[in-house]
Amino acid sequence: MSSNLVEALRLTEITKRFGELTANDAVSFSVNKGEVVALLGENGAGKTTLMNILFGQYTADSGTVSVFGQTMPPGNSRAALDAGIGMVHQHFTLADNLTVQENITLGTRPLFNPRLDRVSARAKIIDLSTRFHLLVAPDARVGNLSVGERQRVEILKALYRDVQILILDEPTAVLTPQETDDLFATLRLAIADGLAIIFISHKLHEVMTIADRVVVLRHGKMTGGVRIENTDKHALATMMMGTEAIPPQVSLANPGASLLELRNLTTPNIGNMPGLKSISLALKSGQIIGLAGVSGNGQASVAAVVGGVHKPDEGQLVLKGRAVQKWSPRDAVNNGIARIPEDRHKTGSIADFDLTENAILERYSTAAFNKGGWLNWRSSRAFANRIIEKYDVRCPSADTPIRLLSGGNMQKLILGRVLETDPQIILANQPVRGLDIGAVNYVHSQLLAARDRGAAVLLISEDLDEIMALSDVIYVISDGRISPGFKRGEMTPAQLGIWMGGQGFDRTVNHAT
Amino acid sequence: MEIIEILFAASFWAAAVRIASPLIFATLGELICERAGVLNLGIEGIMVAGAFAGWMAVYSGTGLWMGVCVAMIVGMLFGTVHSILTVPFGLSQHVVGLGVTLLATSSTYFAYRLALPEVTSPPKINSFQPFEIPILSEIPLIGPALFLQTPFTYLAFALVVVVAFVLYLTPLGLAVRAAGENPAAIAAQGLSVTKIRMGAVIVGSGFMAMGGAFLTMSAFDSFFFEMVNGRGWICIALVVFGSWRPGKALLGAVLFAAFDALQIRVQQTSFGSQVPYQIFLMMPYVLSIMALVVMSRRAEVPAALMVPFNKGER
Amino acid sequence: MRLEPINNPSLARSLVPPTIALGATIVFASLLAMVAGANPFSVFGLILSGALGSKFAILETLNRATPLIFTGLAAAVAFRAKFWNIGAEAQLYAGALLTVLLGTGLLPWPSIALLPTLAVFAILAGATLLLVPALLKTRYGVDEVVTTLLFNFIFLLFISLLLEGPIKDPMGMGWPKSARVISEARLPRLVDGLRLHWGFSLAIFSAICIWIIQTRSTLGYEMRAVGLNKQAAAFAGIPVNIVLVKTALLSGGLAALAGFSEVSGLKGSLTLDLSPGFGYTGIIVAMLALLHPLGVIVAALFVAGIFVGADSMSRAADVPTYLADIMLATALLFMVLAIMLTRFRVVRD
Repeated sequence: MSSNLVEALRLTEITKRFGELTANDAVSFSVNKGEVVALLGENGAGKTTLMNILFGQYTADSGTVSVFGQTMPPGNSRAALDAGIGMVHQHFTLADNLTVQENITLGTRPLFNPRLDRVSARAKIIDLSTRFHLLVAPDARVGNLSVGERQRVEILKALYRDVQILILDEPTAVLTPQETDDLFATLRLAIADGLAIIFISHKLHEVMTIADRVVVLRHGKMTGGVRIENTDKHALATMMMGTEAIPPQVSLANPGASLLELRNLTTPNIGNMPGLKSISLALKSGQIIGLAGVSGNGQASVAAVVGGVHKPDEGQLVLKGRAVQKWSPRDAVNNGIARIPEDRHKTGSIADFDLTENAILERYSTAAFNKGGWLNWRSSRAFANRIIEKYDVRCPSADTPIRLLSGGNMQKLILGRVLETDPQIILANQPVRGLDIGAVNYVHSQLLAARDRGAAVLLISEDLDEIMALSDVIYVISDGRISPGFKRGEMTPAQLGIWMGGQGFDRTVNHAT
Repeated sequence: MEIIEILFAASFWAAAVRIASPLIFATLGELICERAGVLNLGIEGIMVAGAFAGWMAVYSGTGLWMGVCVAMIVGMLFGTVHSILTVPFGLSQHVVGLGVTLLATSSTYFAYRLALPEVTSPPKINSFQPFEIPILSEIPLIGPALFLQTPFTYLAFALVVVVAFVLYLTPLGLAVRAAGENPAAIAAQGLSVTKIRMGAVIVGSGFMAMGGAFLTMSAFDSFFFEMVNGRGWICIALVVFGSWRPGKALLGAVLFAAFDALQIRVQQTSFGSQVPYQIFLMMPYVLSIMALVVMSRRAEVPAALMVPFNKGER
Repeated sequence: MRLEPINNPSLARSLVPPTIALGATIVFASLLAMVAGANPFSVFGLILSGALGSKFAILETLNRATPLIFTGLAAAVAFRAKFWNIGAEAQLYAGALLTVLLGTGLLPWPSIALLPTLAVFAILAGATLLLVPALLKTRYGVDEVVTTLLFNFIFLLFISLLLEGPIKDPMGMGWPKSARVISEARLPRLVDGLRLHWGFSLAIFSAICIWIIQTRSTLGYEMRAVGLNKQAAAFAGIPVNIVLVKTALLSGGLAALAGFSEVSGLKGSLTLDLSPGFGYTGIIVAMLALLHPLGVIVAALFVAGIFVGADSMSRAADVPTYLADIMLATALLFMVLAIMLTRFRVVRD
């Protein structure tokens, strides 16, 4: 690293409130050229808000941002881009119907200029692509690209605009361990070129690997700003979470009978999502099965089949020993399958419904809540109140619209409504995505308790740490294929990463021949 | 068979192109709105308003092209109303669209009654006359169809080329296509989703009004109530049929118009005159529904159509 | 600018914007009245007196409100499930058609049996008509806005065809109109000697039924869930397509009752001008009522009053009746804006 420190970016006393919530509270730090500063914090700490302010998507209530000494006009993405700030968002900002080149050049020429200049743009893209090891085909349609390739396009977008300060928001959430190494290699090339990088993450081991300095946020406040040499994972964890939050204890599993089996299941490809390719999987009572994999490799299909959303075309679904003939979400529910959906806002709840209406969403037609076509609101409300009390759902009342609840409380209601029926099979699809550490630990402890009561849990998660911590058996899914089952402790993350990237499958094929 | 005779008459295809012209303008207009992500159900009313505004301007003494401009401006005004409510305020595009159609239609009828309170039969204006392009118009079958039309029709064809060029070969068109697919992509590149979407709706509405003006300034030469008669809704079907592409939309409009011209002529044949005329009048609408069903399987709908964009939504 | 949700809107906040919306509508209409050369105050005065100024006027308003309650309910029920039924006009005529087909002598029954039968068949006709666009949507994903709209044109041409042919009144002196329905097929008057008929009571009753269905029944819950979040509803096991079809059947049936009511209670026969756009106006009624079934009654009375009043005003003040339509369109647009502003704050960003 150069001994000539040039300050690229300085944030001073940034404060931002959303109604009663203070998302950022007088946050100040700086970043130098050629340096990686990690912005560490758990979900809800205020990292993304801070970066959105930096990038001009939000206006801070007070405080300033200055780039190379110049104060930035607030709330102006254009000015941020022109000043050299580039952001790789957590949720990609790409238009699927356009090519890689079109996405990269979008907005780079004045709108009323009639010329696109495609030839020189293409040359520049290929040059950057080679220099920074971000290989993509400029004419490929973005809709056809894998998640890893899309991220490369996002980074190229910033590089194309001659970015000086590159912000990456949780970039490794969607990558295999190997792809993460490739990303870090690219970032090191970028630093050598003089870029300043802000790396947002909640993963301690990554921060320790790539960062020069770490800024820690907790509940909107800055609780630490240290050089990597002067700290370690425990110190960082404490700064991030207050006291080092202790994850729930995982006892040894005692697996019983097979409750749900997928046998030679094949489903068709849907657009870019690969279909399942003759996979077989058994969920046993008293066991947590973890399904690891990069998003977009068929997890959605597995979840859809287990959850009753999709009836398998080929292959069998065997429920408690009997092959399933009729299959729908309602059939799944009636057969004791509890489903925690991937997206609590889009699929898990209805925002404008109140807690009572959301609580009975799956079982409103059962005798407990329904008589001859008329709803029994009294018993429904009683059910909702029971969930609220037992699962500690913080809310004004059972009549509150669910959209007013925090993500964690919403997830607790969803958890409660499915667990209260004492299900034998639980499908937990990204159950703690976007939740703060308290809620994460709570959900995990509930899943473990269910397992100890004899339930079979299928845990689908993009977070390899979560999978490894909770699962008794781990399967890796890649391009619709399933790896053999790996027992707890059998594999390292790197070894699992090989399977996640698809190579493990090829090796077995070779072995067979 | 008589139908073969009809299909091989140059006058038939000339009529088809003539009938297609208002549809081309309005379909292009709706296409632009929807590409940017906004469904504009005000199309029917805006066509009515454009039909009256253009005609009224000419009736009051301005030139024909000035009338077209007036119609376009009136369309853009209604487009502004629509886009303010649907884009920055994110109100339901269905409700606002229907409201704008009602507003535009009723304002038009109100203005017409005020301007011409005592008329029983609608007064005529001197509308656009066909302008022959020499030599090319002599080509058998398609010559008169393509080269013996009014300048207003030539404008329609030119507009298809312009819209296609802008949409696919300029930065502005790129931005419009991105806005309808993923507005977050637009915002992330420092562009304003609001400005792009509003601009598209306003320009598109201007084109829709020109389509309406064609009816009073080139097809018929007077304004009467119920003259648009559902053409706006048919154009919404044509946008889907054309997969949101200008070239295919043009093709769809001409095919549709050909069918319409066909049913007029078939009515006069020996076979056709035995069938109640209402059956023939129904055909365009039935055809539109069939077109929608056929295209529904392969729809390349702009992914963010009808999805309002709220900056930084958490 | 950015929209930020307001968590607990105060009562004041909930009432101010709609009041402003109403005020803005009146101001805009006044300007138009002045453009027409009339005094705004006298214009509004004439509208008011035309709608409510005499016993005759009030009854006329109630009469005009009757079909609007039905079509308003049809729209409200459908829109709540996000099923955009714009075809109430055709469904109305379908109900009218069945009333005339069965009520002109085919079933020589007493009123007590005939009237309910006609109503049921009218409902079935409207429901069946809307079934086609509904199935096109659930099976093929075809947008129902355009299909229901186009159906209006198609069906009206079909009615015209029938009126000039098979069901033409042989004693009608050549006009395209159907025969009159028999006296047993006429809805009785509510008030002796005046035009208000039992269709009005039926409309009120329907509104109350719909309200009960929406708040207390399984179907109502399912319809609301599907309308608010189709994906979540499907995931939870709600049979979305079946719910949409049931919604369409209910909506189509309600709109058809408007046709039944107009033929049986008011006109006595079917003509092409039976409905001056009741189907479309019903949409305005539903939106003004915020899709609430009981609100539909209030909104229908309001809209009917405006139209009846404007008719009478137009004769006296020489302002085109279209002023009423303009007022409703602006009221609708201001209203949806106002509703949004009660729930969201505009923040400069």
